[in-house]
Amino acid sequence: MTRVSELPLETDKMVLNFGPQHPATHGTLRIIMELEGETVTKATPEIGYLHSGFEKLGEDLDFNQYITITDRMNYLSPLCNNVAYALAAEKLIGIEVSQRTEYIRVLMCELSRIADHLLNVGMLAVDLGAMTAFLYGFKLREDIYDLFEIATGTRLTTSYTLVGGLMRDIPDGYERTVLKVLDEVDKVTNDIETLLNKNRIWQNRTKNIGIISKDDAISYGISGPMARASGIEWDIRVNEPYSRYNDFDFDVAIALNGDVFDRYLVRMEEVRQSIKICRQSLEKMPAGDVIVDPGLGYSLPPKDEVYNSIEGLIYHFEVTMPNRGMAPPVGEAYVPTESPNGELGFYIVSDGNRTPYRVRTRPPSLINYSIFSKLIEGHMLSDAPAIIGSINVIAGELDR
Amino acid sequence: MPTATILSKIEESFPEAILDITEFAGGHIFHVKGRDILMVLTELKADGFNFLADLTAIDNLTLGGFERFAVSYHLLSHKTAERLTVKAYIPEEKPSLPSVESLWKTADWQEREVFDLYGIKFEGHPNLIRIMNPDDFEGYPLRKDYPRLGRKERGDFPVIDRPIQKKKRPE
Repeated sequence: MTRVSELPLETDKMVLNFGPQHPATHGTLRIIMELEGETVTKATPEIGYLHSGFEKLGEDLDFNQYITITDRMNYLSPLCNNVAYALAAEKLIGIEVSQRTEYIRVLMCELSRIADHLLNVGMLAVDLGAMTAFLYGFKLREDIYDLFEIATGTRLTTSYTLVGGLMRDIPDGYERTVLKVLDEVDKVTNDIETLLNKNRIWQNRTKNIGIISKDDAISYGISGPMARASGIEWDIRVNEPYSRYNDFDFDVAIALNGDVFDRYLVRMEEVRQSIKICRQSLEKMPAGDVIVDPGLGYSLPPKDEVYNSIEGLIYHFEVTMPNRGMAPPVGEAYVPTESPNGELGFYIVSDGNRTPYRVRTRPPSLINYSIFSKLIEGHMLSDAPAIIGSINVIAGELDR
Repeated sequence: MPTATILSKIEESFPEAILDITEFAGGHIFHVKGRDILMVLTELKADGFNFLADLTAIDNLTLGGFERFAVSYHLLSHKTAERLTVKAYIPEEKPSLPSVESLWKTADWQEREVFDLYGIKFEGHPNLIRIMNPDDFEGYPLRKDYPRLGRKERGDFPVIDRPIQKKKRPE
C-alpha cells in the first residue's frame, strides 16, 4: 500500500506572462512561460517591443551621422558601438587612423567595458537580493560616466568617434582623473568579490544554473564573456586584434562550467584585465592628431576650426553637403569587435554614395538571448532573473 | 587549411553552385546560388568554419547583383581565426532558400529576422514567424521599395481604450 504523501502531486499547467514591463527584465522583453508548480517547462521569448528600424535609418544617414544612432543600441557601453561602427566604415573606405586615436579608442572601450560589467554584475546581484554589491557597482559606474562626460561632453549618447578619428582629443590632465577612478575600481572589484564569491546564498542561486555546454555555445553563436565562461578560448581582442590591441599585455578570462556563477566570475576578471589595459594605454599614449586630414574629404574638421577659421568652415561644408562628402568604393566590409556583451559587428554595404546601401549590426544581445528558452527549461521560476541577468540583454540592441 | 585552398576545393566539387569569388578589403566573398546554400555551408563547416557569426540579407534592387536578394553568411573558424562571407542569391519571385538551422541553432532567430524584414522564406525552418514586427503586420520593411516613413501602419495599430480619460472629457 502506498501512502498518500508518496503519490506524485498533480497540478495543472499554468501560463505565466513575464514582462514586457517587469522589474527583472531591465528592458522591454516578454517571456511566456509554462509552469508546472514552480518549474518552467517551456519558455517562449517574444521580442521586438523596442524595434525602431535602426538598420533602415542607416540607409538614409551618412557615415558620420549614423554614429549618433549607434549610441542608442547598447546604451550601457555606447563608446564600444561608436568605435565598432567607425572601424567598419574605415575598413570599407580604406582609411588608416593615427596611433593616438587608436589608443584613446582602446582606453574608452575598456572604460565602457568596466562600467558595463560592473552594472551587469550589480543588476544580477540586485535581482537575486544582494543590494550592497549593486550599490557599489552603480556608484563606480557614475564615476566612469563622469569620465565620459569630461571627454565627450555627454554621459550616455557619447557619439565620440568620427570616421577617421575622434570628435575631440582628451583634455589635459585626463590621465590623473582616470587613474584615480581606476584605483577605486580595483578596490571595489575586490569588495564585490569578497561580498559575493563565498556567499552561501549567492552560490546556491547561481551555481549549476543555466549551464551552456561548449558545443551549444558554438551552435547558438554565443560570444563574449558567455562563451568564455563555457570554456571557449576566443577573444577578438587577442585572436583578431583591431585598434592595436596587440600592443597591450592582458590575459583572457576563461571558466569551464558555463553556469551563471562562472559568467559572473569571467566578468569580474575582465574588469581587472580592463584596468590593466587602461593603465597601459595611458602610459604609452602617443602624441599626435586624433583625426585624419580633413582636406581628404573623409573626416569632419575639429569644431574649434569650424567656428574660428574659414578653412575649417569650408571643409565642414565640403563633407556635410548632400552632393559632396565621402565617396567610398563599391563593396562591403564586416568588422567584428569585442564589445562587453560579445561579438559586435557592423556590416556595411556601399554602392559608392555618401550614405551606405545597407548597414547591419550583428547584435550580441539578440544572438546570446536566443539560447534562453533552452537554459530555463527545467529550472525554477526564480532562476529566470538570474539567467536573464547573466545574459545581459540590452533591449535597445536586441530589437534595434 | 587556408581559405583560398578551401574555396578552390569547393569550386571543384560544386562547379554549378558557385557564381563568383571576389575579394574586397582583405576578405573573401563567396557568391553561390540560393538553392545550393545548405550543401556549400555543410561542406564549409566540415572544413573548419565552425561558427556562424552573422546571417543577414541585402536587397539588391538598385545595387545590382546576380539576383534581387542576397543572404549573407559570415563564417568564422575558431582554429585559424579566418573569416569568410558567403552570399546566396535568390530571385525576386517567391524568394526562398534552404534553412541552415540544422547546422547552427543560431540561424533560428536570425532567419526569422530576415523573414520578418525581407520576406525571404527559409525551407525547413521549424518556426518561421515574425520576430520584430507584430504578427499581423503587412509588408517587409527593409526592402528597398518600402518607404522609410512606413505605409501609415502606425496609425492603424490597435490602441487600448482608457475609459477614465473618456469620462473626464466633456462632450
